Amino acid sequence: MRFIQEFRSSELAKGLISRIHQKSKTQARFMEFCGGHTVTIFRYGIRQVLPKTLEMLSGPGCPVCVTANVDLDKAIALAQIPDVIITTFGDMLKVPGSHSSLQEVNASGADIRMVYSTMDALNLAEENPTKSVVFIGIGFETTAPIIAASILQAEERRIRNYYILSMHKLCPPVIRAILESGEVKLHGLICPGHVSAIIGSHPWEFIARDYGISCVISGFEPIDVLQCVDMLVAQIESGQSKVEIAYRRGVHPEGNQQALKLMKQVFEPCPAQWRGIGEVPDSSLKLKKEYQHFDAELAFDIDPGPTYEPVGCICGDILRGVKTPLDCSLFGKDCTPQYPIGPCMVSSEGSCSAYYLYGEGFEG
Amino acid sequence: MCLAIPALIKLIEDKEAEAEIGGITRRISLWLTPEAKVGDYVLVHTGYAINILDEEEAKETLRLLLEMAELAEEQS
Repeated sequence: MRFIQEFRSSELAKGLISRIHQKSKTQARFMEFCGGHTVTIFRYGIRQVLPKTLEMLSGPGCPVCVTANVDLDKAIALAQIPDVIITTFGDMLKVPGSHSSLQEVNASGADIRMVYSTMDALNLAEENPTKSVVFIGIGFETTAPIIAASILQAEERRIRNYYILSMHKLCPPVIRAILESGEVKLHGLICPGHVSAIIGSHPWEFIARDYGISCVISGFEPIDVLQCVDMLVAQIESGQSKVEIAYRRGVHPEGNQQALKLMKQVFEPCPAQWRGIGEVPDSSLKLKKEYQHFDAELAFDIDPGPTYEPVGCICGDILRGVKTPLDCSLFGKDCTPQYPIGPCMVSSEGSCSAYYLYGEGFEG
Repeated sequence: MCLAIPALIKLIEDKEAEAEIGGITRRISLWLTPEAKVGDYVLVHTGYAINILDEEEAKETLRLLLEMAELAEEQS
């Protein structure tokens, strides 16, 4: 068992596809929340093999895409403060803020390092005691406990020049905000597998209970997604809405207790601005009082200036599932992965990037 | 962004481990999975194991899916 190839079997895929075609009678609209699922669905052509009864929508599950310009601008301003080294995951570099991007200020002399892990950022802080190393903390519940662990590691190793800019986002509150707006009518939700590996299945139950939407937690291989769609169809056809786990090898109903404990030790919920969605209560994390000396926003005088949104970009509508990239006049013309205008084209998990790379021949 | 990859734990040293990911050995952190053992497959996200993969569940899922695939073939 290697946990990858087994879940890419064409034999199992054929079986699941014909089962979905046999079972699906009711017209239904499913949203994949997570950008990782968007990539699997496009890379393996899953939309094209599903019956006409099923409509698939991409959701807001790409942390880079949902980061508002007001927050991006803070990171870019922070990078321009002398003796600050910015550490970040690669996806963030090219995202345009109101005035420039991290990549552009890097070219003008700001010290920005792409890291694979917070472990690299901690080592960099230790090796550069006269500099301040700031980690740009973006990500969902999958990533937040790791940032929490990095803070506890910094304490343990007595690293005093490590800071985070917390721009974390929490998934269940934003799903509630989208459903409350009533803009999108959904019948099924493909719930994110690795967020659920941390938080478990219980935090999704309100979606099934309060909104009557079927929920299945999925892994990221093509068989995982097809199995998830099959389970969603089974719920729809039997008139049920509940939370089920398809990704049983990776997700426990109670989540990862150790990760949740670290996250709660270091962070507390706070409101956040989401691109295209606006302010959502309790949808982000800020450092608790006893860890505030790690907070870059408090340690530095950050002046990001006024915020502007790119003209003509509809990333916000795409993130809410109201529009698709094909509705955007910039898509594939002024906005491409080489010269992106909006974040959904920058991130490898963004809807626009997936449509651009894999969407040829896709009928709206 | 929430990408996590299966890795096989080869060696554990305190809260860190050497793990094999697609034929490459990498150092990973076990801060979030202190109960992980040598020989376990874990899901690794940005250098940290976020969960131990359950081999029995994986086998059971594949067994059920194979049964379904055979049944679907008979019915079509």
